[in-house]
Amino acid sequence: MHRFANPTRFVALVRAVQPWAAGIALVTLAAGLWFSLIASPADYQQGETVRIMYVHVPAAWMAMFCYSSMAGASAVTLVWRHAVAHVVARATAPIGASFTFLALATGSLWGKPMWGTWWVWDARLTSVLILLFLYLGYMAIENAFDDRARGSRAAAILAIVGAVNVPIIKFSVDWWNTLHQPASVVRLDGPAIHPSMLTPLVLMAVGYTALYLWILALRVRADINMSKVRALTLRGA
Amino acid sequence: MAVFSGTDLRCVRGERPVFDGVSFRLNSGAVLELRGANGTGKSSLLRMMTGLLPSAGGTLSWNDEPIAADADAHRTRINYIGHLDGVKGMLSVAENLRFWMSLRAGAEADEERYHMALATFGIEALADTPARYLSAGQRRRVALARLVACPASLWLLDEPATALDTAAAAALDHTMGSHLGAGGMVVMSTHEPARHPTPRVDLNDYARRARGAVRTAAGMTA
Amino acid sequence: MNSFSALIARDLRLACRQASDSLTVLAFFILVTVLFPLAVGPEPGILARIGAGVVWVAALLAAMLSMDRMFQSDYDDGTLELLVAAPIPLEIVVLAKASAHWLTTGVPLIAAAPLMGVLLNLEPEGYGALLLALALGTPSLSLIGAVGAALILGSRRGGALLSLLILPLFVPVLIFGVAAVEASLTDVSARPQLLILAALALAALALTPWPAAAALRQAVE
Repeated sequence: MHRFANPTRFVALVRAVQPWAAGIALVTLAAGLWFSLIASPADYQQGETVRIMYVHVPAAWMAMFCYSSMAGASAVTLVWRHAVAHVVARATAPIGASFTFLALATGSLWGKPMWGTWWVWDARLTSVLILLFLYLGYMAIENAFDDRARGSRAAAILAIVGAVNVPIIKFSVDWWNTLHQPASVVRLDGPAIHPSMLTPLVLMAVGYTALYLWILALRVRADINMSKVRALTLRGA
Repeated sequence: MAVFSGTDLRCVRGERPVFDGVSFRLNSGAVLELRGANGTGKSSLLRMMTGLLPSAGGTLSWNDEPIAADADAHRTRINYIGHLDGVKGMLSVAENLRFWMSLRAGAEADEERYHMALATFGIEALADTPARYLSAGQRRRVALARLVACPASLWLLDEPATALDTAAAAALDHTMGSHLGAGGMVVMSTHEPARHPTPRVDLNDYARRARGAVRTAAGMTA
Repeated sequence: MNSFSALIARDLRLACRQASDSLTVLAFFILVTVLFPLAVGPEPGILARIGAGVVWVAALLAAMLSMDRMFQSDYDDGTLELLVAAPIPLEIVVLAKASAHWLTTGVPLIAAAPLMGVLLNLEPEGYGALLLALALGTPSLSLIGAVGAALILGSRRGGALLSLLILPLFVPVLIFGVAAVEASLTDVSARPQLLILAALALAALALTPWPAAAALRQAVE
């Protein structure tokens, strides 16, 4: 890990990853959408609305995955003071917030036909909503300081504090009685979902992850270039 | 005989390199003056020595042990006077001073020290005055009284004579003299012309070197 | 321990000399509570139904309001950097400041809560649970708030930013605080909710001083 603390080497890594991530994202998302919208069966209970799942569930996974990455990168920032780790965390935040919003919005669209309401105040929905606020708080504090380094450190601490929410989201459907269905893919006794549905789900999940890496690579490079611009401006001043 | 030293210290504020390659060595009973134009990092170097500001490179050592290895022990050795006085306006001078004494094990109930601190800087008469009624110079005296009230071997003073009148400046000189005589150390930033030859770090040189370093950092390829 | 009590004593003394600050928070608490009957209508049944929630939300907002001052004045006048450089663990400083905040904000809120219950037509069975829940819940608010207050030091938009950071983290306290009162109103034991509130307070006591101290350290860098 220390090898990539050097921005130059890290940028080289990012540049190498970017085209692969872009390619995988485009291919798997196209295949995943085809399988989920056309080639998979409608659910015998839920009918065609089940297709929302293929957009919704991986988005919710990514919301938590992005937050965990952000908190992990923040811990690296604070412990080893690696500036690149913070660039990754900072670049992840808006992507994670978008996935969280996507999960909430598609969940709401799915909830209307299934539960008869756009929104219920159950543990899963509430904790995901809080996750969205944590992302927003992270981005707000990141930009609230004149000294950018201050903003980075404060945001890193907040990201770590907010990480307590991640297990709460994961287990909220098991700990509390709720309308939201319990985990059906990632569980100890194997997935409780038919393979014809699992295929598009996995494809979409891989596609989302690759999409995340692609956007992350773009944002990280932009961020590093911006700090170079600032360094040059300061030098001129 | 204690030694406080720094090697190859580097400072980056925000994204701006301030100084690079600062080294010094300070023995018991000696003063180190920090000089340099505004923005060359005198306060930053002092804050680094205090442990408030982590250095971007290099090490600070006490008796050749890195102070980062035992930050708690380092905090018991230092007395820091920064730009801000740290005096609470709503509390009286006496309450302010006693509060600071209560944070030092062994100093909390030292009446002799407390009276000596007030007397040294001529603020006995103000003891019961709420600090918000004090002038800038008087507040500075209260801040400096901490040096006497809370014993510590290394004094880190950031332009300590700011706002002081001649009498108080003389009192500060005298206090520093007896502190050094007793084997203490002082690091201070100052703009005043030196009266006697003292070891000094001129940050102007190091700041120039740091600006050179920006050029290399900015030349990095994306 | 000595430094701990000295810090609390100093903060209490400061709070007494600036008593209007604490009173403003209390007045805010009462005002917010009073706004609800005016907004939802004075019908006693509705008020009794939402009473516990209203008191809790008002308490949360009032605690919030005083929170951004927790470290701000020490930060402004240089006391904070001296505390960071002082030979005492910064986590102890955080605990002392949070305790002082609770004594000057949490305790007055708890004391005023029964009066708010009367204004909101709260059933007599609810008062015990309300007071206990507030007594167990408000320390968590002060402790979690300490993290937020330390994080926003020196930022451009203090108060609004603090609410964005801290209110989401207050949600568990709010949920179980209200649930405790509701349980006692429906003749169910409020014990589980109160125990959860106590657990949250203990967890906050154990976990919040570290990030708050880290935030203070980076604030004075």
